[in-house]
Amino acid sequence: MSKDVIGSVMVVGGGIAGMQSALDLADSGYYVHLVEKSPSIGGAMSQLDKTFPTNDCAM
Amino acid sequence: MGHRNAVYRPYAQAVPGAYSVSKKDKSPCTTACPGSVNAHGYVSMIGEGKYKEALEVITRTLPMPGVLGRICPHPCEDACRRSEVDSAISICTLKRFAADQVELSELEIPEIEQRKEKVAIIGAGPAGLTAAYFLALEGFQVTIFEALPVGGGMLRVGIPDYRLPPSILEKEIEFITRLGVEIKYNTRVGKDITIDGLLNDGYESVFIGVGCHKDMKLGLEGEEDVEGVIPGVKFLRDAALGETKEIKGNVAIVGGGDVAIDAARTALRMGADKVSILYRRTEAEMPARDEEIEDAFEEDVDIQFLRAPVELLQENGKLTGVKCIRMELGEPDDSGRRRPVPVEGSEFVVDADILIPAIGQKTDASFLQEADGVELNKWGDFAVDQVTYQTSREGVFAGGDAETGASIAIAAVGAGREAAISIARYIKGEDMKEGREGLEIPQSDFNPIPDKMEKKARAKMDRIPMEERKSGFTEVEIGLSEEIARAEANKCVDCMVCCECLECVKVCGAGALTFETHEEEDRIEAVEVGSIVISSGFEPYEPSKLDFFGYDRHPNVVTALQFERLLSASGPFEGHVVRPSDHKEPKKIAWFQCVGSRETNNCDNDYCSSVCCMYAIKEAVIAKEHDSELDASIFYMDMRTFGKDFEKYYDDAKNKHGINFIRSRVHTIDPVGDTGDLEIRYVREDGELVVDTFDMVVLSIGLETSPGLKELAEKFNIEMTPGNFCQTDSLTPVATSQPGVYVSGSFQGPKDIPQAVVDASAAAAAAGQNLVAARNTLTQTREIVPERNIIGERPRIGAFICHCGINISGTVNIPEVLDYVRELPHVEYVTDNLYSCSQDTQATMTEIIKEYNLNRIIVAACTPKTHEPLFQETLINAGLNKYLFEMVNIRNHASWVHKENPELATQKAKDLVRMAVAKIGLKMPLKEAELAVNPTAMVVGGGLSGMSSALSLARQGYQTHLIEKADKLGGNAHSLYKTWKGENIPDMLSDLMGQVQSEENITIHLNSAVSNVEGFVGNFQTTITSGNEEEVIEHGVATLATGGQEYKPAEYCYGDDPKIVTSLELDQKMLNNDASLDDVDCAVFIQCVGSREPERPYCSRVCCTHSVESALELKKRNPEARVFILYRDIRTYGERERKYIEARKAGVVFIRYSLNDKPAVALKDGKVSITVKDHVLGKNIEIEADLLTLASAILPNRDDQLAQMFKVPMNDDSFFIERHAKLGPSEFATDGVFLCGLAHYPKPIDEAVAQGQAAASRAITLLAQGTITTNGEIAAIDPMSCSGCGICTSVCPYSAPSLIEEGRFAGKSEINSALCKGCGLCVSSCRSGAIRLNGYDNDQIFAMVDVA
Repeated sequence: MSKDVIGSVMVVGGGIAGMQSALDLADSGYYVHLVEKSPSIGGAMSQLDKTFPTNDCAM
Repeated sequence: MGHRNAVYRPYAQAVPGAYSVSKKDKSPCTTACPGSVNAHGYVSMIGEGKYKEALEVITRTLPMPGVLGRICPHPCEDACRRSEVDSAISICTLKRFAADQVELSELEIPEIEQRKEKVAIIGAGPAGLTAAYFLALEGFQVTIFEALPVGGGMLRVGIPDYRLPPSILEKEIEFITRLGVEIKYNTRVGKDITIDGLLNDGYESVFIGVGCHKDMKLGLEGEEDVEGVIPGVKFLRDAALGETKEIKGNVAIVGGGDVAIDAARTALRMGADKVSILYRRTEAEMPARDEEIEDAFEEDVDIQFLRAPVELLQENGKLTGVKCIRMELGEPDDSGRRRPVPVEGSEFVVDADILIPAIGQKTDASFLQEADGVELNKWGDFAVDQVTYQTSREGVFAGGDAETGASIAIAAVGAGREAAISIARYIKGEDMKEGREGLEIPQSDFNPIPDKMEKKARAKMDRIPMEERKSGFTEVEIGLSEEIARAEANKCVDCMVCCECLECVKVCGAGALTFETHEEEDRIEAVEVGSIVISSGFEPYEPSKLDFFGYDRHPNVVTALQFERLLSASGPFEGHVVRPSDHKEPKKIAWFQCVGSRETNNCDNDYCSSVCCMYAIKEAVIAKEHDSELDASIFYMDMRTFGKDFEKYYDDAKNKHGINFIRSRVHTIDPVGDTGDLEIRYVREDGELVVDTFDMVVLSIGLETSPGLKELAEKFNIEMTPGNFCQTDSLTPVATSQPGVYVSGSFQGPKDIPQAVVDASAAAAAAGQNLVAARNTLTQTREIVPERNIIGERPRIGAFICHCGINISGTVNIPEVLDYVRELPHVEYVTDNLYSCSQDTQATMTEIIKEYNLNRIIVAACTPKTHEPLFQETLINAGLNKYLFEMVNIRNHASWVHKENPELATQKAKDLVRMAVAKIGLKMPLKEAELAVNPTAMVVGGGLSGMSSALSLARQGYQTHLIEKADKLGGNAHSLYKTWKGENIPDMLSDLMGQVQSEENITIHLNSAVSNVEGFVGNFQTTITSGNEEEVIEHGVATLATGGQEYKPAEYCYGDDPKIVTSLELDQKMLNNDASLDDVDCAVFIQCVGSREPERPYCSRVCCTHSVESALELKKRNPEARVFILYRDIRTYGERERKYIEARKAGVVFIRYSLNDKPAVALKDGKVSITVKDHVLGKNIEIEADLLTLASAILPNRDDQLAQMFKVPMNDDSFFIERHAKLGPSEFATDGVFLCGLAHYPKPIDEAVAQGQAAASRAITLLAQGTITTNGEIAAIDPMSCSGCGICTSVCPYSAPSLIEEGRFAGKSEINSALCKGCGLCVSSCRSGAIRLNGYDNDQIFAMVDVA
């Protein structure tokens, strides 16, 4: 593997998928730039009231 | 549905929780103003009734609001977007209104740091006064030299008093001079002073604002000496200064500008018999303000158009009249106006005793001397740099009319301010141009104007009665009333959203919002990264495009996303479900499925959005929870509940919650009068037309890729699917067509949360795979503060009491609590914080702990559930063991629950803190064991998902053991023909097997099974049995990919005839390229064989797509073949829907059957006969088939022993239960054990591969840490007291206690710290009192009880 590999990843979008990718990557030893266009992360899921199957609060 | 201000936080629990300010492009009114006055800002303030604040906004750029509010020609109004609705807002009049409400002297003088440098300003007109104001604000010593005995320049001597009363001007000049500006009147430049002289007299800089006070000549003979010819500017000046008091006879005025009109109206007021204006063009070309022209007409000024003077008529040197000629308009000239051309022979005479030429003014620069070194331009005005306003002489600046030629006051104000900025920079030695040469950015992104806005009349000022008008100089216009002004201001359409009133800056105590942050703009930052993951999500379908639903017309038609907000406690109605039109509780709600999905007639989304069936059911169920009487109906085409446990939820919705499921697509919604109710018509399955009325309709809108994301994909050159999602392959389900760019979430296809989370982890694994060499090179490691030894110290308690904004302090009396806590034993330090959790408070706490040598910390604030880790972090940073901490929840337990009784809340807060003080004194530092993680992985199961998981682990550098019970890898994939994307599975399989076999980090164990598992996360010892051989493998993590198998049907005569096969058997025929398939004339598929049955109440997810695929393959082999698919709901989710459409187009016949009327299969004379009731005809039909394929269920490979060994649970259907259905789909609750593939739930190849990679990703997060730390708050056994009864070993759910087998304490119990979760069950079960729970010791609990 070449030496100039960069140990960081950009994740575009801070919804549930972006957050999960970012967390996994950071915990795996890679620096993550999480880019989100809105002022807070959470994406569409944060607009949901409750979620299946337990009808738990989506927050 | 709700209203959002420009300053907002998306929702209460947003992360980060900070507020944001939303801004569009600058409001056009503000950008149109030559003086950059923030019209949007002050109009908004006026609308709010905040007049002082309005003036603060205005005076940020304009120190003379009342003056400009009266005389400005308001370019802002020409730009106003309200005119798209009705007419521009009366911005200028509103400015005057604001100025009339508040005395300027009431505005606070800001703190100014005085400087000693002096600046000279020549001319006290609008440019000079403005420059003086802003220079004085900068602290400079400013002197204005004014030739006239009064200030204001043209504002005073050019504009008549009836338009601008001198008192108004004087007050505003005072507003400027109160900053320390000195005005020296009667001091004329060129006579009393010179520019060069000023610079030599210690003035650092000079600003020239002398204006244009020299009249232009008509060029007629005798103009200079005939008595009765008075130039316009002189006439107005003499009138203003009281030098002319009265005039008699007829007055003729030549010109069409403001000066001409002003002169006419002034002459009228001074007693003229008749006043005529002679203008050479028509009214349309007249440069004077429209309001002025109108006023002049009203006051009987005789304005004659298309007239030009050609000769002065005189008698004895005294004017008697003017000979004029008629004009007509010819071709347009340079100014774009049509050039007036004389009409030959049309001369006539106008009788006049006084002639006032008012055809323009010039700059009088005759005062300039050679030594001044200041140059003029070709028009005789001062030549300046267009950015800095500096003249040809360094330190000398000029602006206003003197620089532009006669123009409007607000332009002079703008120039004065810009020059002031330059002068300040010049004196300070700074770059005058930096950041000022603004780029022309097109302004077009504004707050959209809502549809159907009510048209309103433009506010107009009243005028004083006509008699009063003509007889004196009283101000003609009377300002607006407050009611009218506020209504006018509230018409503003808020183009920029944020009006930049900067009120937020004033109130932000944290200093987060400043003038600077308000000015922040988007910036481009470049970062270098090794991989990219695109997870930009979806955009909800916008249903207004489907006109027949009337989403934008009927308030009670809402989208499902809006309905989620209606249900939510943080939503617009705080969780009270009401309909938008009248806020009544709806009693009958309909959900319409497939809005913007599976729809090619009205939109281009031919795919299924995959999630809407499930969310509609969920919304209906929760709506029923809000109101059990609710009548909820879901109108659908196919019910697609194909996810794990979804079918059961659907069954419960139907059977337990009584939700109506109606199979019909509704195409019309009609409002019922103005009741807000909605009438819908639909056709029932039996063909009958039904008309029904609902209180509300919820549109189950689909998912789309946003245009922005499409653009991004194009930029990255990423291949897309026909449905505009990211194209991926089944073996690389999260890799885009661009190497190094990965995809997760709904950009890859419409999907639900669990699948998005699976893909997200898979993308993380894939993105990390190429970067292994650089792992941990860019991550930051926190510096570890050495822990202070506090053993032997007496407790020194620090207590921090939090206000939580007003959350706590609004109810609990914090000072009283502080005084109380201060007196408690061992409390050394007490303080309160506005927000204990804020970053700066954490830093302060760290300092305080060190400074006061504190060794126990109490934070009385909110809940430890969310905030304990944060404060523990602070303790660590201060060098304290993190368990020397106690958190008291005085928010939830005191201020919130006792909101109505502050005294009680305060008392309870004191009680709780007292108990915490009693406990914490006894707390001791606890140790967390650190355990090394064995960097080896084990994957059980060598099918597609197992192999993918192993490959991901190995490629990230971890030794991986792949355990397969069969004699070859590949599992079920060996029996499959093609994926729905058309990929050939045998090719794919051999490719993947090849990769696994050649991967050096993978050890393959074939014909092997797990026979024993010892250990725990990070350190497992697993025994593998292969035949008679046993091998113990040490590993840190394990992934269970034990797969599934096909259900062998007991129904439909399966096994009785070779023409009846399962889906996999049909695939085998296709793999073998069985020639008999070409001769199939009639093929039948029966769906849901063994699935969605009472004994197996789940959908097998893959069979619908599989049968559609196979049907198409048969049609391809024999286009004449008749192919029937007998189904219950077709569940070709996502873009698989396109296959379904293709099959229908190819002539495949789809016949629906129901669970209680299943098809019957009989063998007659060697033929397979299938009888099914056709749902359209309502009759039984019989089909004789050459081939009957049973789409049979997928069953998990149940292995109770394995589940027990790894301590992982299974559900009723024998699938493994993941940690969390949504957030932890690829891991078990048991630490260090992961899952993927069919063992989790039936799924197609791409999803199985993705989950394999996801399980690997989750495992790698553990492996990459190298170590794991155990919790310090765990049980500990004193072996001396232990009786060895073993009860603790039986009650522990985590198998943490065990009996010691040998040594001194053999037979006694001990706790495995890695397994203990600190629940305390064993402590209470121990009869000998041998077990204690660290951090919750008996003495600590008793101490709390004692003081309670």
